[in-house]
Amino acid sequence: MKLALGPVLYYWPRETVLGFYHSVALAPIDIVYLGETVCSKRHELRFGDWMEVAETLAGSGKEVVLSTQTLIESESDLRTLRRIVDNGRYTVEANDMGAVRLLAGRTAFVAGASLNLYNIESIRFVATLGASRWIPPVEMSSAQLTNLVPQLPAGLETELVVYGRLPLAHSARCFTARRFNLQKDACEFRCMDFPDGLPVNTREDNPLFTFNGVQTQSARVCNLVHALPEIKKVGIDVLRINPLRAHTLPVAELFRRAIERPAELGPIAHELDALTGGPACNGFWHGAAGMQALSPAGSA
Amino acid sequence: MQLVSPAGNLPSVRAATDAGADWVYFGLRDDTNARNFAGLNLDAAAAEAAVRYAHARRVKVLLAVNTYPQATGADRWKRAIDTAAELGIDAVILADPGLMQYAAEKHPGLTLHLSVQASATNYEAINFYRERFGITRAILPRVLSVAQIGQLAAHTQVEIEVFGFGGLCVMVEGRCALSGYVTGVSPNTCGACSPGSAVRWQPTPAGLESRLNGILVDRYTDHEKAAYPTLCKGRYDVAGQTYYAIEEPASLNTLELLPALQRMGVAAIKIEGRQRNVAYVTQVTRVWREALEACARDPERFTVALDWMDALGKLSEGQQHTLGAYSRPWK
Repeated sequence: MKLALGPVLYYWPRETVLGFYHSVALAPIDIVYLGETVCSKRHELRFGDWMEVAETLAGSGKEVVLSTQTLIESESDLRTLRRIVDNGRYTVEANDMGAVRLLAGRTAFVAGASLNLYNIESIRFVATLGASRWIPPVEMSSAQLTNLVPQLPAGLETELVVYGRLPLAHSARCFTARRFNLQKDACEFRCMDFPDGLPVNTREDNPLFTFNGVQTQSARVCNLVHALPEIKKVGIDVLRINPLRAHTLPVAELFRRAIERPAELGPIAHELDALTGGPACNGFWHGAAGMQALSPAGSA
Repeated sequence: MQLVSPAGNLPSVRAATDAGADWVYFGLRDDTNARNFAGLNLDAAAAEAAVRYAHARRVKVLLAVNTYPQATGADRWKRAIDTAAELGIDAVILADPGLMQYAAEKHPGLTLHLSVQASATNYEAINFYRERFGITRAILPRVLSVAQIGQLAAHTQVEIEVFGFGGLCVMVEGRCALSGYVTGVSPNTCGACSPGSAVRWQPTPAGLESRLNGILVDRYTDHEKAAYPTLCKGRYDVAGQTYYAIEEPASLNTLELLPALQRMGVAAIKIEGRQRNVAYVTQVTRVWREALEACARDPERFTVALDWMDALGKLSEGQQHTLGAYSRPWK
């Protein structure tokens, strides 16, 4: 199994992003997804900057994939999308059917989780258009993947998010700006104050969601390390980690070790739990409510 | 502009037809549609009667097959498409590309509308579905502004349908798993959001609490009106403030935008609410029929009549109205 790093979902200052990818270049990660997938207003890195980061990472042997924005509303969003699609060098992760239209039949692409590929007919369809890898929707369970993976077209890889917060929803509305009574057009880029998103708790102080601008994520970090033997058996090809501000590379190293030394899974999982801090979730994998932490993957 | 009205049962199909809908839409009694609620929707016999009733009055009928066929059990969705073809349904509302492919190949005469659940918010996406499957109409997610709708409509031959009235998703439809995260049941996988089976109402000394799968969604003081605990309409704590962190419970009402939508070439206005009763369907359809005719007659001098607002106000969730994303006070 290969190890992938998903795009940074939060809005980090330019120097933080560049420093982060400087370290990623040296980390035991095979595939790196790059780009702004959440909000078109974020501009710490422009297209040219991303291409420079891509070149550095490719130079250190990483497979680089450029990810497209999930919610594409305006002509300016489409211009950005076309630039990414026409980059001429790197594979593109399509996170909207508009991106698929531009990529179809031209070049191999990655079919992102927000394309909602829930069944074999839809997966085969994007494969005929050129998808070389697909990422199941966030809600998909191990039972469904066990059913689907054996039916996949030859050569189509499956990538699963095994660690990180889960993007649950997208809106035109910015919930971070809303919290500070700011209009979206004059948001003062408040999301930059929250490098791991803005926690949303119930009135009983129960962590529920995380606001990341127009994106709403899970409060809990999803951690499927305990399910690795099952994930391997299902036939998942690539494990994805969604970056967080802290510990992302140590987490990647632990997953790398877990892949290479399955016999040491117990202690590795223990270390990961310690790094995660609070309780993790794995409910979607088990076909349950996503927020749940079920054994054996919960706190075995 | 055409009027597309909801129906959760046969009496509502009749009511919408009689009250002036151009199209009536409904789903079958299973998870193939996005209002998969107990006691709602039509079985094959009722669907057949619905088609007969509507067609006799020159009203068109839509079948919503707008959830995503799951890895196991996908045959149910195909059967729903076959049923639509057999019943002479005028168009099916679909979100899943695999299912569109099935419909286009197996029933080439069946008209396809792109469901809001397909999350198509730009013309590249909409034109994609047209090129691949021949969709003739797309229903837009409730996240675009009026200007964006105009821009989109100018770049596609696909007819554009927008939501005019009813419950409001603040998230992009088809891209929301909040309900799945908390309950394991979501629109995409089960055709239901914040399902009733997970709801608990608990009177407490601090007020009436609404919970979803144990999660506290809201708590009401005595003089507050309690609303259904949809996750995106709860009151939560964010950075030291307790408020409707995502969206106030309010209904969408776009009557005042009708001239603008008409000018942009929007083909149809959709009314949300298949889960609502016959009285709702009748009232809303009647008001919107009147409004659409007034707008078609003289868009320049179109004004929203007070009695329309009164009638609709009584039917709204939380009795509040909003223009949602069409006009962006928060932008």
